[in-house]
Amino acid sequence: MIELQGVSKRYGGETVVDQLSITVDTGELLVLLGGSGSGKTTTLKMINRLVAPTAGSVRVDGVDVSGIPEHDLRRRIGYVFQEVGLFPHMTVSDNVGITPKLLGWEPARVTRRVDELLSIIELEPSSVRDRWPHELSGGQRQRVGVARALAAGPSILLLDEPFGAVDPPTRRRLQDSLVHIRRHMDLTAVFVTHDMAEALFLGDRIAVLRDGHLIQIGTPRELLADPADDYVTELVGTPQRQADMFAALQTDTET
Amino acid sequence: MSEQLALLPDYLTAHIQLTLLALLFSTTLSLPLGIAITRTPWLEQAVLALAGVIQTVPSLALLAVMVPMLAGLDLPSIGFLPAIIGLTLYGILPILRGTVTGIAGVDAATKEAARGVGMTPWQQLSQVEVPLAMPVIVAGIRTATVWLVGTATLSTPVGATSLGNYIFSGLQTRNTSAVLVGCVAAAGLALVLDALVRVVESGVRTRRRPQVVVAAGLMALLYLFVATTLVAPRMSSDERPIVIGAKTFTEQYILSAILSEWIEQETGRSTSVLQSLGSTVAFDALGADEIDLYVEYTGTLWATELDRGNENATRSDVLTEVERFIREQHAMTLVARLGFENAYALAVRRADAERLGLTQISDLTRHARTWVVGGDYEFFARPEWKSIQRTYGLEFADLRTMDSTLMYQAAAQGNVDVISAFSSDGRVSAYDLVVLQDELGAIPPYDAVVLASPRLSTEEPDVIRAVAALENRIAVDTMRRMNLAVDEEGEAPATVAARFVTTLQR
Repeated sequence: MIELQGVSKRYGGETVVDQLSITVDTGELLVLLGGSGSGKTTTLKMINRLVAPTAGSVRVDGVDVSGIPEHDLRRRIGYVFQEVGLFPHMTVSDNVGITPKLLGWEPARVTRRVDELLSIIELEPSSVRDRWPHELSGGQRQRVGVARALAAGPSILLLDEPFGAVDPPTRRRLQDSLVHIRRHMDLTAVFVTHDMAEALFLGDRIAVLRDGHLIQIGTPRELLADPADDYVTELVGTPQRQADMFAALQTDTET
Repeated sequence: MSEQLALLPDYLTAHIQLTLLALLFSTTLSLPLGIAITRTPWLEQAVLALAGVIQTVPSLALLAVMVPMLAGLDLPSIGFLPAIIGLTLYGILPILRGTVTGIAGVDAATKEAARGVGMTPWQQLSQVEVPLAMPVIVAGIRTATVWLVGTATLSTPVGATSLGNYIFSGLQTRNTSAVLVGCVAAAGLALVLDALVRVVESGVRTRRRPQVVVAAGLMALLYLFVATTLVAPRMSSDERPIVIGAKTFTEQYILSAILSEWIEQETGRSTSVLQSLGSTVAFDALGADEIDLYVEYTGTLWATELDRGNENATRSDVLTEVERFIREQHAMTLVARLGFENAYALAVRRADAERLGLTQISDLTRHARTWVVGGDYEFFARPEWKSIQRTYGLEFADLRTMDSTLMYQAAAQGNVDVISAFSSDGRVSAYDLVVLQDELGAIPPYDAVVLASPRLSTEEPDVIRAVAALENRIAVDTMRRMNLAVDEEGEAPATVAARFVTTLQR
């Protein structure tokens, strides 16, 4: 369980996140949805203290994270970066195995775990294990990024627009993989995106942020049924508008 | 050439010692410093600026300035220590800049990922930032390596043996094969060391273990060589040899060899010669007991140490005053007056002298405004030059500073019209030049005298007695002939010196 209570982040005079209170239940996937500058990534980074909150408290499984050494906290929380951030001087297996290694696992156990994860994310261990990050496709890199985040068996996974930079078919497959992984692992996850369709597809609940404020939080069904304001209405309407446009194009070609 | 090559093992060993130790010190200082300052932005600017300033000091000056600084701290001020410190300072900037640039160049997303996977600050640095910065850091180390090999040749004037001994003495004695050997050896060493560092780095980067093992092994062997060659002589030295200093010109090489030969013959003591010392370096080194003997010229001390270059004085007055000064102020002894003067003098082409009727310096006043005067590195900064200008009211069209060996040729070929010759230099007559008389006594007398260090003066009466026997034994003609034998006939200073010593009667 992740609890944010009155969390704020200010840089100089600028408030990026303002008095945010959100609870993510154990086993739940919460989507943080918003445009750029909404504070969604900053909020995510405050959970594992990549960004230190200016005010408020963050509790993970009931423990205030400010009392835990940062590196210990982060080893227990998987994080998938928007830019992937694989270490270019390490092979795929070294990248995936980094957190277990930092935790002092036996090398043999690390190796087994790396192969297990590569299989889960649908990469053939024997063919990618010893490759360098620059030898992989964008989609493969992103899968390795997910494997690295999951390697040490965290109970919490944070994902920062993880599929933003890949082409739509790959993106679709990665989303399916994530659903598949959630089914196999008991994960509490927070997923940052600006894509409503992705949010509706993946999220158990969706928190809509704008200008550092929480506008609305609820299940996809609740958001669709009862949008809090015009902004949310417009957001949840996006996939419908895209579908309408698509349908209109189809009609045109048929006639 | 073969007698030059015989010196190669000594000079090359010393050069490798200087270069590799300085490289080791520069690297061990610059890496942590570079890493530390990337954590503190304001410090980064300040430290890089300071290192940049050190770099802009000409390397010869940087090395030379170590001498008085170390002497002020009561540390050995000539030889290995000032050279190592100067070179280390010189090697810092490229490595520091490489470290800072390399670490700053690591992708921000990668750095954040290092935090995100749970690395401590130390792990972020050692497992991600430094490995990724390594190619840039190594580029800095390679730059430093090549610079240090080159700059180490400038250790010679501060009393540290190096391949620069070839270059300095070769240039002075017009021995091109010596210069060539020195330059080729230095260039070869630079290429080899650069290649070793490069191969180690590329091996680490591409994970070719055998390549790393071989190259790093060779590097380690070189350091082992440095360590053993540095330690071995210290272990075996039973009795300290008498150390004789020599400044950077032919006459000094010959006289130091004469002193060495003579002392060994008369006292049975072993001697060693420290070549190519800067002028004030030699005096400071003598005062600090780091060398025991060297030949100085009274006028030099009169002008630079007694600061009385503006006074016109007689030869015997200068001698008396200088003797008292060094005894009272520095506890040194003026052991012997060798019997000749090596004074600064103005010389012109014989043809000009005859055509224009030039015999004394005042005759120049009519021509100076259209003439160019050439002088050695120090001449135009010396009180003698100011005294000449003031006494005779001379204003030349241009002043050219050049190496003293090239000066005579420049005059003979008409590149300059007047030069600052030395009265004991055989090349004055060899190049058909005429020395103009200093009829107003603007230039102080320059008696060649042997000075002994405070230690030698009190502790080695036998050596002092032997040197004192050289009083008045070298006439100016003899000195000119010996200088000429080296400068123009290509004989080694040691050969000329040995021949002279056999002519001395006990």
